[in-house]
Amino acid sequence: MKLKSKIIAAPYLVWMTAFIVAPLLMVLYFAFTDKAGRFTLENLSGLSQYTPVFVRSILLAAIATVICLVLAYPLSFMLSRLREGKQRIMLMLVMLPMWMNFLLRTYAWMTLLERNGLINRFLGLFGVGPLNMINTQGAVVLGMVYNYLPYMILPLYTIMVKIDDSLIEAAQDLGAGRVHTLTKVLLPLSVPGITTGITMVFVPSISTFIISRMLGGGSNLLIGDLIELQFLGNSYNYNLGSAMSLVLMVVVLLCMSFTNQLDNENKEGGVV
Amino acid sequence: MKRMGAFSKLYLVLIFSFMYLPIAVMAVFSFNQSKSRTLFTGFTLGWYQSLLRNDMILSALGLSLVIALISSVIATVLGTMASIGIYSMRHTVRGVIMNVSYMPVINPEIITGVSMMLLFVVVKNSINLQIFGIPTLLVAHITFNLPYVIFNVSPKLRQMDVRMWEAALDLGCTPMQAFFKVVLPELMPAILSSFLICLTYSIDDFIISYFTSGTMQTLPIAIYSMTRKKVSPEINALSTILFVVIFTIILLINAKDSRKEKKNAVRI
Repeated sequence: MKLKSKIIAAPYLVWMTAFIVAPLLMVLYFAFTDKAGRFTLENLSGLSQYTPVFVRSILLAAIATVICLVLAYPLSFMLSRLREGKQRIMLMLVMLPMWMNFLLRTYAWMTLLERNGLINRFLGLFGVGPLNMINTQGAVVLGMVYNYLPYMILPLYTIMVKIDDSLIEAAQDLGAGRVHTLTKVLLPLSVPGITTGITMVFVPSISTFIISRMLGGGSNLLIGDLIELQFLGNSYNYNLGSAMSLVLMVVVLLCMSFTNQLDNENKEGGVV
Repeated sequence: MKRMGAFSKLYLVLIFSFMYLPIAVMAVFSFNQSKSRTLFTGFTLGWYQSLLRNDMILSALGLSLVIALISSVIATVLGTMASIGIYSMRHTVRGVIMNVSYMPVINPEIITGVSMMLLFVVVKNSINLQIFGIPTLLVAHITFNLPYVIFNVSPKLRQMDVRMWEAALDLGCTPMQAFFKVVLPELMPAILSSFLICLTYSIDDFIISYFTSGTMQTLPIAIYSMTRKKVSPEINALSTILFVVIFTIILLINAKDSRKEKKNAVRI
């Protein structure tokens, strides 16, 4: 189409440069300068004292991602094999909680997990507890799983709907057991859904500061909390905060290139 | 699979109760007379009444709606223009622009929020003007909404039949007329759905607004400050209302879709 209309993209290009590119350059600039604006590497080298927080963030986010995958995989498969009308209703049910503000969803768990919350009261009926559930790492992982489970279900479902029933039947006719059907047919075919799901759960999990604050108490800080403290909290150090943001970005990019790699390998294998 | 095993059914029930139990508990306790979150002492609508008299919540809701509306309109117009412009660019240039546009989507929200905050602070200090508030919120919301518009409208543009546009020109339309009579109607569904997506993202956004709002409170920020104070059954009332509203909207959209599908099926 000869629309000859490149020019009408100009306002957007200006906007993009000013509000996407420039802010990221700011992060870079602040990360490598001190308060007086001189070049320094101290912000980045100073991060080593926060290694435990970084390790904890990666670990908790990874655990939450794995749990989401394990919970969502069979569910998505079951959904994809339902009649179409039922699929639509189920899908709506999956998405509905996503539309509620995640602060409210997390708040709901806060009241459930409390020391004299409903769960402990329920357990008390059987003489168990009260268990210490809130303000633990387990609670943080639970919050991540609860909030981001739909992000895993949806991409998995989308890919599994496309897997033909006859492929599964063929595998079974050719003598594959349940395990082999899963590992040789279903899993390889659903890799794109798995990788999308992993990024969609891992990225918000590793960068959250609300879930860790509301469910983890003060003692289970994550990277997100550290960054927030530098910008709006008491620590108030933009330079250090920028350095942290930079590292978080690198971690996220690494995770994405890892899942991309998985995708590509799978494609190559698929051709053979 | 023609029928579902008992085990599968049980699994579905378990997952869905995991997803809905917390919401249900909140809904039940929004009618609770006492502030207790574990003992149901009696039915009341009091929390709904006090919610509707809560000025903080109401003004936050107002601000959220205003920001969402303005930012969605601007983002939709700007994004549609951008899609058309990008469409006529060379392949490599288009690739670069699309990749940069993708940044706010793949970056963790906290990074987008923090980076914009840095920019605003620098600008504020250099022009010595208090810009934090509605201006910064608008800029931030437009920025994170734009990619969704571009990624919705661009595919539609590529699917469009170029000959329609050429035919319009052959039949004597000026390019302007051809655009408004042929291209725009073709893109309208995508433009409308992007607008709706922008609205919902904007109303729902907490993290980016949190870093760019200064002392202004949008609805999610107000909710956050309420949860910090811990006990407030008004939150339960608020989430129940929101849930019912969302549920109704989704139900309506769904009903419309399935009716449309049935119609199409009959036609075929």
